[in-house]
Amino acid sequence: MTAAIELRGVGRRFGSVTALEQVSLAVAPGEFFALLGPSGSGKTTCLRLIAGFDRPTQGSVLLDGEDVTATPPFERNVNTVFQDYALFPHMSVADNVAYGLKVRGVPATARRRSALEVLGLVQLEELADRRPGQLSGGQKQRVALARALINRPKVLLLDEPLGALDLRLREEMQTELKTLQHRLGITFVYVTHDQGEALSMADRIAVFREGRIEQLDAPRVLYVRPRTAFVARFVGSANVVEAHVAARLTGEARPFAIRPELIEVLVPAQPVRAGAITCEGRLEDVQYHGAASRWHVRIDAGPVLTAARPESEPAGQMPAAGDRVLLAWSPESAVPLVEGPPIP
Amino acid sequence: MRSDRDWNRPSTGARIAAFAGLAFLHLPVWVILLYAFTTEDRTYQFPPPGLTLHWFAVAFAREDIWAALRLSLAVATVATAMALVLGTLAAFALARSRFRGREAVTLLFVLPIALPGIITGIALLSAFKLGGIQPGFWTIVTGHATFCIVIVYNNVIARLRRLPQSWIEASMDLGADGAQTFRYVLLPQIATALLAGGMLAFALSFDEIIVTLFTAGHERTLPIWFFNELFRPRERPITNVVAVTVVLVTLVPILLAYRLTRPGTTEPNL
Repeated sequence: MTAAIELRGVGRRFGSVTALEQVSLAVAPGEFFALLGPSGSGKTTCLRLIAGFDRPTQGSVLLDGEDVTATPPFERNVNTVFQDYALFPHMSVADNVAYGLKVRGVPATARRRSALEVLGLVQLEELADRRPGQLSGGQKQRVALARALINRPKVLLLDEPLGALDLRLREEMQTELKTLQHRLGITFVYVTHDQGEALSMADRIAVFREGRIEQLDAPRVLYVRPRTAFVARFVGSANVVEAHVAARLTGEARPFAIRPELIEVLVPAQPVRAGAITCEGRLEDVQYHGAASRWHVRIDAGPVLTAARPESEPAGQMPAAGDRVLLAWSPESAVPLVEGPPIP
Repeated sequence: MRSDRDWNRPSTGARIAAFAGLAFLHLPVWVILLYAFTTEDRTYQFPPPGLTLHWFAVAFAREDIWAALRLSLAVATVATAMALVLGTLAAFALARSRFRGREAVTLLFVLPIALPGIITGIALLSAFKLGGIQPGFWTIVTGHATFCIVIVYNNVIARLRRLPQSWIEASMDLGADGAQTFRYVLLPQIATALLAGGMLAFALSFDEIIVTLFTAGHERTLPIWFFNELFRPRERPITNVVAVTVVLVTLVPILLAYRLTRPGTTEPNL
């Protein structure tokens, strides 16, 4: 099967700054593909190269098997939902949505019909004659989505589309986007810095760091088997234990990651399951997070480890800040890490 | 002592100073207006011995005034049209692109309006002479265009810099080429800036005299007509009649331009 999008050894330099280096990936048709990373990691640059707003300084971009590296954006069958929505303020909602048809010479009545149809997809038909300035953030977001869908693109690019919305609306839109993607069968490329968003929506995630892909895997794999310390910390904020500390804890000088929810917190005298890895330390503080609390423990071997405990535990038996505690986890929970960026 | 004084209100002294300043700026114009109706044709005697509309009839009948007015309107129209095209092109070229010497080009572009008119005038005159070009209508237009372009350029580039780059990208992304993006997205956004810049340019060209003196040759624009009238103090009220007309003609576009660029009216429904 031909990949919907393929990047072959793509790089982008801005003067002496390398925004993207040797990025290769292939997105399957109909896939929900997330580009995840902190700001400045190259994920948006990558999206702009696919859209055609920018050209790579090396490598090539293929859409549906065809090399489009030098093709301008208006000749690519790809549409974009912008972070700031980029709605045209002097046009009505319907005219904004119909813009892609207008520039293709579709007559006005047919344009309007299609625009209303697509607005129906995002449940906004009744706002067709408003101006963008009269809409709320969530409504603007839907209009931007409808506008990008009107040309029936094979690939939809979304640049932090929910970044400006509040939490409740964001969760609602996540579900809606995912449903829409299934229904239309369009390939989605979704840029985000929110690991929760990427984990819950994407089929596969490429984690970007300093212009390179650090790991490309399905969400579950990424979460359970991070390959590097960066991925372990960024996706699900795992504890990363450096090689010299690991040597003191397990006898093996290899860094590993351990999820906060897999660490048990015990009082020193409590019995420990056989085979478990243990270390003693002092409880520094407890952060309340609603469903769970995060316990920060400075272990005797040096670093602070975070353990997540459910809130349901009875308060009376809980150690207080400053108390000695024992941390324990089973050896299988620890994920060995490779040092530095992996070699592709 | 009142302790609850409103500190946002200006003091009486400041008010008087402000009104004195305004009076200084505007009284001379009212004097011109008043003496357009006087029955005395040689001196500015106050109060005027009588009021008459006679001078309007005299001015209306003078063919030399009409010729000067027609020439000034034609020059202003053509210079403004040139400025709209060239100023907009320049603004687009300099608003987004980045190249070596961009700042220098920007400065060179804006310089004609900072340069004393007399320098521009002499420079253009020598250039025309060197090129063997006879001074006339087109040399006046060229002279005026040097500063009209800057007005349009400044207006348009200020507006362009406020437009998000993503609007252009969104348009291209949806299938519009450069020309369509300009027509459907950019032009509606810079339209009021163009109108304001054009009106200002028109008004500036209409009453320009220094550069015109050097580039006009034997042609007489309205300001040059005024200038010549000063040496022939016959029928002085006629000059005042024409002056009042000029004030009205230039006031309308300037007020419109002011309204159009006022904050709050430029971007409705943004």
